[in-house]
Amino acid sequence: MTYVITGTCIVDTACVDVCPVDCIHPRPGEEDFGQAEQLYIDPTVCVQCNACAEACPIDAVMVAVNMPPALQPYREINADYSRARR
Amino acid sequence: MTDVPWHIAVVGAGPAGLYAAHEILRRSATAKVDLIDRLPTIGGLVRSGVAPDHYRRRDVIGWYERLVVASGRFSFFGNIDVGQDITVDDLRRSYDAVIFSHGCRLDRRLGIPGEDTLGSHSAAEFVGWYNGHPDYRKRTFDLTGKRAVVIGAGNVALDVARVLLLGAAALRSTDIADHALDALAASNVREVVIVGRRDVEHCAFTTPELMELGTLDIDVTVENAHFSNVFDGSPGAGDFAADLKRRLLQTYAERPSRGNPRMVLRFCSSPVEVIGEHQVQAVRLASHRLRSTGDQVCEPDVAVEDVETGLVIRAVGSRGELLPGLPFDAESGIVPNVAGRVVDSPESHHGTAYVTGWIKRGPSGVIGSNKHCARETVATMFADLEAGRGNVRQHEHVTAAGLAAASGRTLIDYAGWKQIDLAEVGAALGSDRPRIKLADWQSLCETGSSRTARGGQVSANRET
Repeated sequence: MTYVITGTCIVDTACVDVCPVDCIHPRPGEEDFGQAEQLYIDPTVCVQCNACAEACPIDAVMVAVNMPPALQPYREINADYSRARR
Repeated sequence: MTDVPWHIAVVGAGPAGLYAAHEILRRSATAKVDLIDRLPTIGGLVRSGVAPDHYRRRDVIGWYERLVVASGRFSFFGNIDVGQDITVDDLRRSYDAVIFSHGCRLDRRLGIPGEDTLGSHSAAEFVGWYNGHPDYRKRTFDLTGKRAVVIGAGNVALDVARVLLLGAAALRSTDIADHALDALAASNVREVVIVGRRDVEHCAFTTPELMELGTLDIDVTVENAHFSNVFDGSPGAGDFAADLKRRLLQTYAERPSRGNPRMVLRFCSSPVEVIGEHQVQAVRLASHRLRSTGDQVCEPDVAVEDVETGLVIRAVGSRGELLPGLPFDAESGIVPNVAGRVVDSPESHHGTAYVTGWIKRGPSGVIGSNKHCARETVATMFADLEAGRGNVRQHEHVTAAGLAAASGRTLIDYAGWKQIDLAEVGAALGSDRPRIKLADWQSLCETGSSRTARGGQVSANRET
């Protein structure tokens, strides 16, 4: 169970500001940040506190189990990015 | 951060200006912000650039609107053209600091013969037209042919192609402007060729936009792609998106046609001429094909081909323009600045004018890129103000409103913009559409100024 950032993300980073476990990357200042197409939640760290979903100004954050089929690929995309980063 | 009730003007009410307004009001408990725009609406390119089928992304504007309005220290002044109705110098004499976030209105050109032939347009024009931007209300586009060609391998090209291919039934549940919906309902266009100069790993399309194509009733094919950059399966995070895109495009290249309207993504090709005497008949493309010789793939080979079409749209980027009163670097298309502080020359520092958004860093990035850009500019501005480098205000109590009144413009305030917003949503109630945009100057200004007896005329003539 995790939260997932979908492709609607506009890299506003309001979520990054409120995440209590720093599981959303890339952060401002990190090397990837300038070119990032979207932000990614690390599913192995996320504690499902909902802070990111509440903070997002554009409704880009979803609970994994609530995602419709068309958006399911983002679960893997968030996981793959986080794994590649580690 | 600071207790001085600085009065700041922000010129340009798109995401850049809104992020700047928010940052100022967040950092200071007393500063006031006047947000100014040439249009009677708030939103900039989020309102008039983001594609109609992505209309939910416009929510970000309302989010930040609510935050700035909640401060009680925010005002909006719409229908004021800085440069024409009031001058940059007027503003600098009336506010402690002015932040310019007016963006890049113009389009980059191809620089090829026939570019201005009837039937060849900029994406700025076409997108503005279908999104109900009042400057483009009267434009017309030839939708009688079967094929359109879009030059530029970025998300704007994808937006244009989707609008041309989705069909009226699908567009009817978006916030596309009425006049565009009517025109597209009668369109014959069934194929859009998107032409990119470079190969797959250098295209500017982003992964979410490419992924979305697979969920639509549109057949996507790939032409002339060499997939020449091979990743070894463990890309660094920086190559992550590029590898994802490459795999997606490879999937589309292998997918069979389902008989839908067609989007062709064509790589390694450049337009060299728009052909047609009185109107566009074809685009001449020079395509690079890589021929392998032994173990190396190199040796470019150029094939020239005329692609028949009556509609060519160039989506190769935006550029800024000179605003009298501010320096401008014509080559980079931005206002010269250091961390957002406008500079005339390496030696002089104005210290009273600032820039944020595209006019500061060029037309790049995503919507959220403007937030960090604004944070830097606002930090620079507050540092200057606290060091006593703010404007010398000659007109202590005159604001943009007073300046505008002197010029005869009817200003549309925040309540007026909300009147427009509600009218658009109200007009769509009972239908599938989220809103029906007011797409011409007259109805925007009348709706925005209708609720109080303000005196004075509604100045509606901005038709171009």
